[in-house]
Amino acid sequence: MSFRNIAQIAGSAMTAQSVRLNTIASNLANANTAASSEEKAYHARKPVFATVFDRSAATDDQITGASVQVLDVVQSTEPLRKVYEPDNPLANEAGEVFYPNVNSVAEMTDMMSASRAFETNVEVLSRVKSMQQSLLKMGEE
Amino acid sequence: MAIHFDKALGVHTDALKLRGERTKLLASNLANENTPGYQARDIDFAASLSSALHDDSVGGLSLETGSPETLYRVPNHTSQDGNTVELGVEQAAFSQNVSDFQTSLTFINMKLRGLKQAIEG
Repeated sequence: MSFRNIAQIAGSAMTAQSVRLNTIASNLANANTAASSEEKAYHARKPVFATVFDRSAATDDQITGASVQVLDVVQSTEPLRKVYEPDNPLANEAGEVFYPNVNSVAEMTDMMSASRAFETNVEVLSRVKSMQQSLLKMGEE
Repeated sequence: MAIHFDKALGVHTDALKLRGERTKLLASNLANENTPGYQARDIDFAASLSSALHDDSVGGLSLETGSPETLYRVPNHTSQDGNTVELGVEQAAFSQNVSDFQTSLTFINMKLRGLKQAIEG
């Protein structure tokens, strides 16, 4: 039976979704962090997911499972918010400060999506666990 | 008269095995819900099971003589990132599959209980 693989698949998805929640938390926490230049300003981060087909563990007579991998965490290339605040201690010579390109609304919806996906995989794990337990009890009653 | 467990338990062992494999596929679909470009897969349970039964002449199950054919799911709506996993559809399929697994298991348990009764008298 392939229950061990299923646990690994659901686990990889949970890890990926935690990374996603982690970047969302960083983005929201730094949404209003001002900086004196474009380079120093915080850029919104986003993980890139990829599928990994588990061919090594599976032999020819088995279906290959597909787990999730976080390929990279990329920084958003959208333009930063440039604000004229001459009394801000971080302002440059022109009196401007740079705010991150974090879209709070998009981050909030992304957060809901990530936590729902995480819960889905927790549910998969618990259902598989109950299947495995009833399989172990086969022939006992 | 010998008791052959394979014959006594009938189609349900094949069904149970196939349900177990299908769980892995559906779990993969749910895991890759947010992966760009991932295409949801499934098996045609009825076709796989009937091919498993027809292989009885050589004494093997289809899962041992070759993997059941995995097919790609046709999505109700296409998405921009090329991902064809639809959460509701997959959750329903997964839930139904777990129930079917438990059903097959119950049938096997009933058969085993019958065998036990026949042995013990």
